[in-house]
Amino acid sequence: MQKCERCTSPATVHITEVLGEGKFEEHHVCEQCYPKYLHDSADLGQGAKALTSDSGGSELEEALFGQQECPDCGIKFVDFRNNHRLGCSRDYDVFRNELIPLLENIHGETRHVGKTPRRYPQTKQAEAEMLQLRQRIKRAVDREDYEEAARLRDQIKTQEDV
Amino acid sequence: MNLDSLTQNSGEWLRAVGPEADIVISSRIRLARNLSSFPFTNRANTHQKAEIEQYLQGRLQKLDIDLQLDYFNLATITPLDRQLLVERQLVSRELANSEGPRGVAVGANEIVSVMINEEDHVRLQVIRSGFSMDEAWQEADRLDDKLEEKVPYAFSEELGYLTACPTNVGTGLRASVMLHLPALVLTKQIEKVFRALQKINLAVRGLYGEGSRASGDFYQISNQVTLGKSETTIINEIRDVIPQIIAYERQARQTLTRESRPLILDRVKRAFGVLKSAAMMTSEETMDLLSSVRLGVNLGLIDDINIVVVNQLFIHTQPAHLQKLLGRELDSEERNSERARFLRNRLSEMDSMN
Ligand SMILES: [Zn+2]
Ligand SMILES: [Zn+2]
Repeated sequence: MQKCERCTSPATVHITEVLGEGKFEEHHVCEQCYPKYLHDSADLGQGAKALTSDSGGSELEEALFGQQECPDCGIKFVDFRNNHRLGCSRDYDVFRNELIPLLENIHGETRHVGKTPRRYPQTKQAEAEMLQLRQRIKRAVDREDYEEAARLRDQIKTQEDV
Repeated sequence: MNLDSLTQNSGEWLRAVGPEADIVISSRIRLARNLSSFPFTNRANTHQKAEIEQYLQGRLQKLDIDLQLDYFNLATITPLDRQLLVERQLVSRELANSEGPRGVAVGANEIVSVMINEEDHVRLQVIRSGFSMDEAWQEADRLDDKLEEKVPYAFSEELGYLTACPTNVGTGLRASVMLHLPALVLTKQIEKVFRALQKINLAVRGLYGEGSRASGDFYQISNQVTLGKSETTIINEIRDVIPQIIAYERQARQTLTRESRPLILDRVKRAFGVLKSAAMMTSEETMDLLSSVRLGVNLGLIDDINIVVVNQLFIHTQPAHLQKLLGRELDSEERNSERARFLRNRLSEMDSMN
């Protein structure tokens, strides 16, 4: 039985990647490693190459900016480089300078022209309010004011049910 | 809907009722969406994931739609049931194998499924039988609107729907078509098609079963670019190229029947014979033989069996389906002998009906 190319378990998933120019690439992985395989290559397609290729920036720049952290989710750009996933939607702002060239690489474009949520303007406001409420809850819990925290939680509940 | 009853039939997409269903198995739309007030799934802790799940599940129940959605908690169902949902294409393998609070809401006929806590908080999928890209998109778009009434999505005017991976940002749309292309494979023209598709930025992947490579001659074609094009443009680009591939496949089928009829007939009859009589059968061999039989039915070379039954056998012989149908867990050797027995029984039923 064929072994997984990433560990020693038997390979149960066999993938034929079509690379173009008549080239194919065979991969054999186990169920456990398959999700990781997907992360690293398959569903990224071209993107994977763009992600791993150098997307601008010298080592010095990396040292200077790669350490910047998202205040919401706490990831650094190097974390994104390592696991190819962003931590939260704010990262698109925080790492904008690094991400824009990458997007250009992957999509050939850097501006959305598709669908827009119909209630987008209201959403934005509700979103900001919600974020504020969540922060107030956190502060209330930090100072052990559980009554206030509970009150704010109820407020979120009623807002969410609108 | 209960998971045990799923095995009694097949989802709409396998019923071969859609346009060009002899070649196009299914058309699928997938939309990636995230809640604006939570970190992405990979960064969310168990508590947050539970909150996300509860929040979304609650909203999904209250959607103003004429579709009943049944929710499956993937953290609590058995691994076999998770695998079953993967084989039916209602859940991605990635979500099935991940950890923590997560689930899927499935609509009647299995046309709609909404995955929760996949790589993105929401993965909305519509899958239709045959070449029905527009219908699939309309349905997905409508559901997305309805969900958006109740859920604030992470969205930026500049970059569109914000996703955990930048390869999905913008529309968050992946449109794909699954094709059965046995004649292009037999006549060795398939690579030519791949090359042409690659040039216009479409991705091609073989469909794999357990222990199989691109088996059954099934190929999935999908868009790679999600940013800087509208949903309609993305869908049209795929929709426009499919008729050409269908035409190539039909041409190849004609060439085969014209120039190599005895060879093809032999291949089809042998495949049917082996399926009807073998004592051990791997998933891979089953897929390949069924592919030949499927081609034979479509070419009118064999009338012992119809296309709906062939489609059903493709899915019923998958590991989890087989085990659910037999009502017990099997190791891989047992599966191979039970799979062969299952095929013998099903196909002799057909004989007695004729
Ligand atoms: Zn492995
Ligand atoms: Zn962040």
